[in-house]
Amino acid sequence: MYPSRFRYEAPHSLDEAIALLRDGDDAKVLAGGQSLVPLMKLRFASPELLVDINNLPGLAYQRSDPDGTLRIGALTRHVDLEKSELLRTSQPTMAAAAPLIADPIVRNRGTLVGSLCHADPQGDWASVVLSLGGSVVAQSTRGRRSIPMANFVTGPFQNVLDPDEIVVEAVIPAARGQRAGGYLKLERRVGDFATVGVAVSLDISGGTVTHAGIGLTGVGGSTIAATEAAAALTGRPLTPESISQAAELAAAAARPRTDHRGSAEYKRHIVTTFVERILTGSSRGHSDEAERAA
Amino acid sequence: MTMVYDDVGDEATGEVPVRRIKFTINGEKKVAEVEPRLLLAHLIRQGLRLTGTHTGCDTTNCGACTVLVDGLAVKSCTMFAVQADGHDIQTVEGLATASELHPLQEGFKEEHGLQCGFCTPGMMMAAKALLDANPDPTEEEIRWALSGNLCRCTGYQNIVKSVLWAAQKLRSQAAE
Repeated sequence: MYPSRFRYEAPHSLDEAIALLRDGDDAKVLAGGQSLVPLMKLRFASPELLVDINNLPGLAYQRSDPDGTLRIGALTRHVDLEKSELLRTSQPTMAAAAPLIADPIVRNRGTLVGSLCHADPQGDWASVVLSLGGSVVAQSTRGRRSIPMANFVTGPFQNVLDPDEIVVEAVIPAARGQRAGGYLKLERRVGDFATVGVAVSLDISGGTVTHAGIGLTGVGGSTIAATEAAAALTGRPLTPESISQAAELAAAAARPRTDHRGSAEYKRHIVTTFVERILTGSSRGHSDEAERAA
Repeated sequence: MTMVYDDVGDEATGEVPVRRIKFTINGEKKVAEVEPRLLLAHLIRQGLRLTGTHTGCDTTNCGACTVLVDGLAVKSCTMFAVQADGHDIQTVEGLATASELHPLQEGFKEEHGLQCGFCTPGMMMAAKALLDANPDPTEEEIRWALSGNLCRCTGYQNIVKSVLWAAQKLRSQAAE
């Protein structure tokens, strides 16, 4: 399969890339290309101009600010996150998700930021970043702006970026206390899209949940933030009651459709199970840590 | 090297934008003129006539087209040839020397790691990337490393055994 013809530019500076996007008509940014290239081959996407950002310097990073804010550059590949010591020790939800993205070969090229911009309702990273209250930083000739993940995606494969904006990094806020959580994904086989994916992120301080976020993959027209479920966890300790309440509220927030991967009822049930499983694991992990500290 | 492009009707009325790229494939330096939409798999198969790299699903699923780009396994149907500019490509043809098979190729022969053979080049290249990074993988690690490569014949058992065989051989060669 061949994509339609397109113009190809591979600039060596961010300013040049932004200028190309500004002057282009129907331009797309090419990062890892693991979603865009298949879409172009199927001709679901036929951009006139492709701006390949792989030669831009200084966009492959994952670093922690002094205050604990995590920044992930636009050319950081899934494999870098899968192998990341920083994520393993401080970002349990992200560390759990990284090895579950697509398959190992796709992870060598695909990027987290590209996945967020692609805005596939089946994408895993969007749920994870949503659960963490993260955002993206978009740059254009007008400067930089920060866009919360909750406002970034407007529908399937749609985001709020202006045509001349490039997302240069994703930002994860610092933990308020101990960060806990996880990501669980039901897939028929490695590399398949999620039948259901559930991201849960918690910050726990002094036994109380100070921040909670739950993101749902594959059970709606876009990634769903289960805000009521998260609210049911916030400001109190994790208990069997709060866990089952959150799990039920998360399932109620899901909008699954029956398809070849399973019935709507089945998918909703998996949401309940996964939320419970992650939260139970978090409460156990947290009390273990408290015991060790004592 | 000159690529000949298909005349694809109305799209071909415009001038074909062709770019010159330089890259290394299996240790040989090459220059090619490619249309940006040419996929790396097609450059390898049709441009360079290295038909060991197979295109199976053409949708980023099966991994039959796996090659190494700067040592990392990549599905060559999901990367444009123009993106190979300045990079180092290894295909299955680069495994054997003139006189002997690569231990992975020997392993697949010894352990009957193929039946129809269609997935084999991709399996070998994914396995090579694994063994380059991890010379002594567990069976579990091999299964995960090959989970982006589909085989419809073997049930994977003998592929995993083949890679274990190759890992053992490579380790004993390194110890000599």
